[in-house]
Amino acid sequence: MIEQIEGAAQSGTPVIEARGLGLTFATADGPVQALTGVDLTIAKGDFVSFIGPSGCGKTTFLRAIAALESPTEGTLTVNGMSADAARRARAYGYVFQAAGLYPWRTIAGNVKLPLEIMGFLKADQQERVRKVLELVDLSGFGNKFPWQLSGGMQQRASIARALAFDADILLMDEPFGALDEIVRDRLNEELLKLWNRTGKTIGFVTHSIPEAVYLSTRIVVMSPRPGRITDVIDSPLPRERPLEIRDTPEFIAVAHRVREGLRAGHSYEV
Amino acid sequence: MRSVWPVTAVLLVILALWYAGSIWLNAQWVYDQAARANTTVTLADLIPQTMNQTRPVLPAPHQVAAELWKTVVMTAPTSKRSLIYHGWVTLSATLLGFAIGTAAGVLLAVGIVHNRAMDMSVMPWAIASQTIPILAIAPMIIVVMNSVGITGLVPKAIISAYLSFFPVVVGMVKGLRSPDAMQIDLLRTYGASGAQVLGKLRLPASMPYLFTSLKVGVAAALVGSIVGELPTGAIAGLGARLLSGSYYGQTVQIWSALFAAAALAAVLVGIIGVVQRLTLARMGMDR
Repeated sequence: MIEQIEGAAQSGTPVIEARGLGLTFATADGPVQALTGVDLTIAKGDFVSFIGPSGCGKTTFLRAIAALESPTEGTLTVNGMSADAARRARAYGYVFQAAGLYPWRTIAGNVKLPLEIMGFLKADQQERVRKVLELVDLSGFGNKFPWQLSGGMQQRASIARALAFDADILLMDEPFGALDEIVRDRLNEELLKLWNRTGKTIGFVTHSIPEAVYLSTRIVVMSPRPGRITDVIDSPLPRERPLEIRDTPEFIAVAHRVREGLRAGHSYEV
Repeated sequence: MRSVWPVTAVLLVILALWYAGSIWLNAQWVYDQAARANTTVTLADLIPQTMNQTRPVLPAPHQVAAELWKTVVMTAPTSKRSLIYHGWVTLSATLLGFAIGTAAGVLLAVGIVHNRAMDMSVMPWAIASQTIPILAIAPMIIVVMNSVGITGLVPKAIISAYLSFFPVVVGMVKGLRSPDAMQIDLLRTYGASGAQVLGKLRLPASMPYLFTSLKVGVAAALVGSIVGELPTGAIAGLGARLLSGSYYGQTVQIWSALFAAAALAAVLVGIIGVVQRLTLARMGMDR
């Protein structure tokens, strides 16, 4: 499996590298192994999905990349530095499952939040807000308050917020998990377009097999107790992906392999 | 406008009960007078005689209304007989104490949220401070401050602050902690400093809690300054009116001072309510 990962990594410069990564939480009931033996290299421009049942450590891994959790074993580098240094260097934008917009700020004000904290110049802030709102198709909604927008629009605003300060990496933790399937399809399509236009490296956590296969250049299948990687699939699908691609044999083949991987992960647990 | 009738109905019931109460409580004095004069009173004679006594046990509503009219409207606000004058004395101490109490409450809450040692140590003391009867501690504050030469407004304001800081601490600790873990994590991904987390997230998120606490706090501040006026020898203020009224058995004066205090509290709470609505509307949180 390792060879396969190394092979894929050659397509671009490595951005995120994990070697023998493990993370154990100390809980009241004793230590819980959230992640163990994770080896993964994510190359620049990759769209990598992490898929697996709850408790497989996919969110924990994403949070470790973001330095929101500290690994207890192994090494993890982001842009060649430690995850914490990368966080301070503002290497990534993070999108959470809930949009988490501040209700007391307008959409533009919310997108401006990271820019204010990072000390961007006032004029630059305006320009960047305008640009990213256009990118997520929310131009003209800048002066609305979050509650005036639908759930899908709120999540787009939170993506704009993560894009506003031009980080090269976008980490997304089930960003569309709370949305209905129709909205989800549309946002998936828009996310792919955005990825094509910006060339960002994206780490994407999801529960949904079609979503993972539709979006990703690589799919990381994970399984729980202890959380680990069971399969890494390089997608044969082209970068240009209309929604109809989901009916092609290639798509179905990849989805099938993901499903098999998920089942294998479960087999010696149940 | 729909709420006018229920409010009026309740008011009428209260007035009726009040009149019944005054007749019942003031009747004894009428009977005693009659016994001394060796006459008897009929019920028809009794009722008017319970309505206009100079020192009734329970003054009738119209007596209190007349006294309020006399001391609020008909007396110059500069006169020591004016309730406006006494109300202002109490109000100024209340406002100063409320400002001190609110500032102290917010600062303590910020400390509690940011410092583990303060988190563990301040709250028990704050709670303990509120279990001490204010009537016991108020004279001591007045006496101690008098002995170091501080008199007048400030000692009363300190007592007000002592009562009003507590609801602000409790509300603000809850408010400052109201942002969920995800919102804190989001700011961490931006590398935000503690001051930025406070200014951009915790303080704005705590606004609804702050205003609720302020309403409780301002009423407590008013009680504090009235209590603070009791041990000063009844010089000025609504508390002084209450005390001198009880010295001389002027129940009408006591009741009108009580009503003035209640009206003052209602106005103060109302003002905070208006500020709350305007602020939250501007923040887009008023739905």
